[in-house]
Amino acid sequence: MSKLRVTFTFVGVLVQEPVIWRLSQKFAVKTNIRRADVKDGLGWVTLELEGEEIVLQQGIEWVRSTGTEVELVTGDVIE
Amino acid sequence: MAYATALKCRECGREYPTDPLNVCEFCFGPLEVKYDYEAIGRSISRDSIQNGPITMWRYEDLLPVDAANAVDLQTGFTPLIKATNLGRILGLDHLYIKNDAVNPTNSFKDRVVSVAATKAVEYEFKTLACASTGNLAGSVAAHAAKAGMSSYIFIPSDLERGKVVGAAIYGPTVVAIDGSYDDVNRLCSELADTYPWAFVNINMRPYYAEGSKTLGYEVAEQLGWQAPAHCVVPSASGSMFTKIFKGLNEFEDLGLIPKVNTHMHMTQAEGCSPIAAAYEAGTTRVRPVKPNTIAKSLAIGNPADGYYSLKVIEDSHGDATIVPEEEVVEGIQLLAENEGIFTETAGGVVISGLKRLVERGAIKRDEVTVAYITGNGLKTIEAVEELVNPIHISPTMAAFHEQIPNP
Repeated sequence: MSKLRVTFTFVGVLVQEPVIWRLSQKFAVKTNIRRADVKDGLGWVTLELEGEEIVLQQGIEWVRSTGTEVELVTGDVIE
Repeated sequence: MAYATALKCRECGREYPTDPLNVCEFCFGPLEVKYDYEAIGRSISRDSIQNGPITMWRYEDLLPVDAANAVDLQTGFTPLIKATNLGRILGLDHLYIKNDAVNPTNSFKDRVVSVAATKAVEYEFKTLACASTGNLAGSVAAHAAKAGMSSYIFIPSDLERGKVVGAAIYGPTVVAIDGSYDDVNRLCSELADTYPWAFVNINMRPYYAEGSKTLGYEVAEQLGWQAPAHCVVPSASGSMFTKIFKGLNEFEDLGLIPKVNTHMHMTQAEGCSPIAAAYEAGTTRVRPVKPNTIAKSLAIGNPADGYYSLKVIEDSHGDATIVPEEEVVEGIQLLAENEGIFTETAGGVVISGLKRLVERGAIKRDEVTVAYITGNGLKTIEAVEELVNPIHISPTMAAFHEQIPNP
């Protein structure tokens, strides 16, 4: 099992969509929310995702396909 | 002796022991080193610093490791040069260049990696690792060699071979990853969680980042124990930008310099300017971008310290400047032709950004200004190759006179 710590950013109408619930319904991914700030038109949620590596990748690709931005909490590490 | 007492979450304030840890286990906020400043204050003085080594390790009391065991390639205490020629052109009477391109592997990364490598040895790690497109790779591989450690360098598979020569020579295992930069970032985060390695900018990040404070200390000392009015700094993750300001403020708090009134000016290239764009938009929420810039060493689309950089800009009454891509090479030329310093593309961003700052009146003629040059021009030769246009002649005096009549 792999774990990834990420931040989802929702812009516009996506704020009202249950993206995290759908992710856990569609893929065998455990979601564990740690921090969030949701306002009208812009929201972000920092959470840990746990699952098989390939399933995690597929899940993240699906989240991105909804228009949600997905970034690692550590930021980019290629310097 | 090290005065680091804990790691502290920058978001929720929770504290942790000084372990190889980079995010808060509770809220996933970034961790920063906490010090016993009272004890440091009893130990440090201008004299103690001046009697120290002529390297960054003269500031050992303010670094989170034991300097007696430093993995040191003689990094730091790089020249602060009065740039009279460039100053005259730009209209500045007190312009200085902090030339950090002369570090052992030719970039400022030696400062951060030296601290990370020292900490890694302290933790008894056997392997040093990083993901890099150039500067960081060379520094990590060199410090691993010096420390007798093995090293792993992860690169995107489409990176030009020439970019990793400066790292490969030190004998690391170089792993080229097929995939996007996002994939490389994700895989390296997973590797850092899986293997007992010191990933310098992942599990070593709180210690690694502290190395950049020495860029603030050195400038203050070299200016005769005072902070400049302006610092002009290139930014990728934003870490160095925040740490220079932290360094200056620590010196003030310890009574080593008078009050700091330094304006921090961030410069980013147009093709990757997420922090500067957030500044211009008047928000503290940095929106990640896909980098597309010739300033490769600044190409971090999702900057870890973006928010904290914006706070430094606010606290210092500074600003952020976006430099158009076509002005990057102009900046490199301006510095080379007037001061004899050949910088990489990040330095071109700084010099062109500085020019813009002066033109818009953000920096006045009589104010002490320091421009940070953080990497050597030989690292980004391809950016300036078009400038090479030799005059071809046959080996005769007549041919020379024909081409150059008035030498």
